[in-house]
Amino acid sequence: MNAYVLIKMAPDPVEELDIANDGKSLNAEFIRFKSGDPDEHSIEQALLLKEKNGGKVTVVALDAPEVDDVLYTALAKGVDRAVKISLDQTQLGSVATAQAFASFFQKEGISSDTLIMPGTQAIDDIEGETGALLAEMLALPYIGVVSGITLTNGGAKAVVVKEFSSGLRGEYEVELPAVLGIQSAEKPPRYVPVAKIRAVMKTAKIETVDLSEPDKAKILEIERMYKPEVAGRAQILEGDVKEIAAKLAEIFAERGII
Amino acid sequence: MSASIIVLVEHLKGNIPEISYEMLGVARKIADASGGKVYALIAGKGSSALATGLGAADVALVLEDSSADVMNDDVLIEALKQAINEKQATLVLVGCTNISFGIGTRLALRSGMPFINWVKDIKTTEGEMVVTSALFGGKVLSDIVLKDKKGILGILSGVFPPDAGKIAKQPSIEHIAKPEIKSKITFRSLMEPKAGDIDISRMDVLVSVGRGIQSPDNIPLAEELANALGGAVSSSRPVVDQGWLPLTRQVGKSGMNVSPELYLALGISGAPEHYEGMKGAKLVVAINTDPKAPIFDFAHYGAVVDCLEIIELLKEEIQKRKGTQ
Ligand SMILES: Cc1cc2nc3c(=O)[nH]c(=O)nc-3n(C[C@H](O)[C@H](O)[C@H](O)COP(=O)(O)OP(=O)(O)OC[C@H]3O[C@@H](n4cnc5c(N)ncnc54)[C@H](O)[C@@H]3O)c2cc1C
Repeated sequence: MNAYVLIKMAPDPVEELDIANDGKSLNAEFIRFKSGDPDEHSIEQALLLKEKNGGKVTVVALDAPEVDDVLYTALAKGVDRAVKISLDQTQLGSVATAQAFASFFQKEGISSDTLIMPGTQAIDDIEGETGALLAEMLALPYIGVVSGITLTNGGAKAVVVKEFSSGLRGEYEVELPAVLGIQSAEKPPRYVPVAKIRAVMKTAKIETVDLSEPDKAKILEIERMYKPEVAGRAQILEGDVKEIAAKLAEIFAERGII
Repeated sequence: MSASIIVLVEHLKGNIPEISYEMLGVARKIADASGGKVYALIAGKGSSALATGLGAADVALVLEDSSADVMNDDVLIEALKQAINEKQATLVLVGCTNISFGIGTRLALRSGMPFINWVKDIKTTEGEMVVTSALFGGKVLSDIVLKDKKGILGILSGVFPPDAGKIAKQPSIEHIAKPEIKSKITFRSLMEPKAGDIDISRMDVLVSVGRGIQSPDNIPLAEELANALGGAVSSSRPVVDQGWLPLTRQVGKSGMNVSPELYLALGISGAPEHYEGMKGAKLVVAINTDPKAPIFDFAHYGAVVDCLEIIELLKEEIQKRKGTQ
């Protein structure tokens, strides 16, 4: 198995997302970049596969603030190799990001045991899922929303679980090489102590790969970016916590819920 | 220019989900306004029978395949591409669902049309078509002008009315041939959810916990509150992904669809994927420390407080009212 976990750094939605003065983008000053939950699950799934089948796990990301931390953390968790593509992720849409990954794989080469594992979707994938785009560009099979992988036929094929809805899932068989968009790993992502990450920072190295800029940074031109109407529907209950609790109990009683 | 719109209709176990009708409804509206046509493309086992119920479309493009309980994506994308060429389609609507995941994106590259994800509004003003997309889990909206009114749109569940897509007439049926594609993917089987746990889709009261619950140690507190309310605990995805609750408790796109009398959301931001599973709830109450959390946009009542501070107090107030203290 030759697994590649692809990371896409995106603004952390837990932080205040402020609209920039141009009214078309986020105010860069307040953005904190992080890898998505699906990316973290992808690292875990790749490590689980390696523990079972042997092989190698490489983690690849484009350059972005905080990306080194993400890559070192992956190394500390047991990933064999970390690669940073020297293109600015924050300027690129999903199509250009997928193009960058595609050029990386053209240099790197794809073998019969290559498994490319992006997180299934990033929170800013307005142009589409990077993994699906990459699969199309590399003419590889693609399955998204994956929550389980078992390698079969000596690593030539994989049996893959894809989530549908209402708890239903589908089981597929896919020939490698393939792109599998990971939604969740078979186990929660492992924890790695900060001390271990610090130690790895001293000893391990992140490889840098230089690629030429994609032709077009973004496919979609955003005309206007704005916050949804805050008017909302919710009636906000005021008061201290105890008063709010009492009001809620009253609402539940009025509605016959209690 | 009149619109020619293709809607990808989904089905699983003989059922067409609401999102497909929602898309047919909005497609019908756009087509009527411009004197265009709506094509509903449906593929896989049982498509012919299901197609007769797609009256909001002018034409149902049916790819019947008795061997495919779930149609192969590679075949489906090729069928869509051929339909785009043949019908000179200007718009293609695909659900932002797990079943159709990645189809719109790949079709875009193959057809040369742009793809826009998470669409929650389509407006035509002054001859322009403006599409609104919900980014960052619904925290930010973006308007994009569709050049030549052409594009492939990933449509969010629950934003357009499904009834507009349920029209009691039969569309004309056009059978389409299965494209000859050698796919490297084979569908093997459908896996039912594990039985054994409680069925949250049947509960009248759900106390639903999100990442804001912070630690697995706090789940029992939510359980006590749920007991006081005569309900059960459900959750958002991260809580299940962390292994704090089983998959059977997950509400949302990949989880369960629930429609309780009361949905009490503790520390849930209200991402579109979560909303999709609980939009049927009769009363939604959200507790969240972030006054701008998207969940307040669709909750009936809200409070901007720490959910860990209110759990215990709320349980006491409820017990007081029920006289069980
Ligand atoms: C293909 C796909 C399928 C998905 N399927 C699902 C699905 O089925 N179900 C689902 O839920 N998600 C699903 N998701 C994930 C979804 O996009 C969101 O990431 C998820 O719903 C977020 O969960 P959350 O609200 O618990 O966490 P967050 O978005 O992190 O929100 C936590 C909230 O808690 C609040 N908070 C923090 N501390 C406190 C406190 N002490 N008291 C009160 N509030 C607090 C914060 O203000 C924040 O609003 C899916 C995603 C994808 C891409």
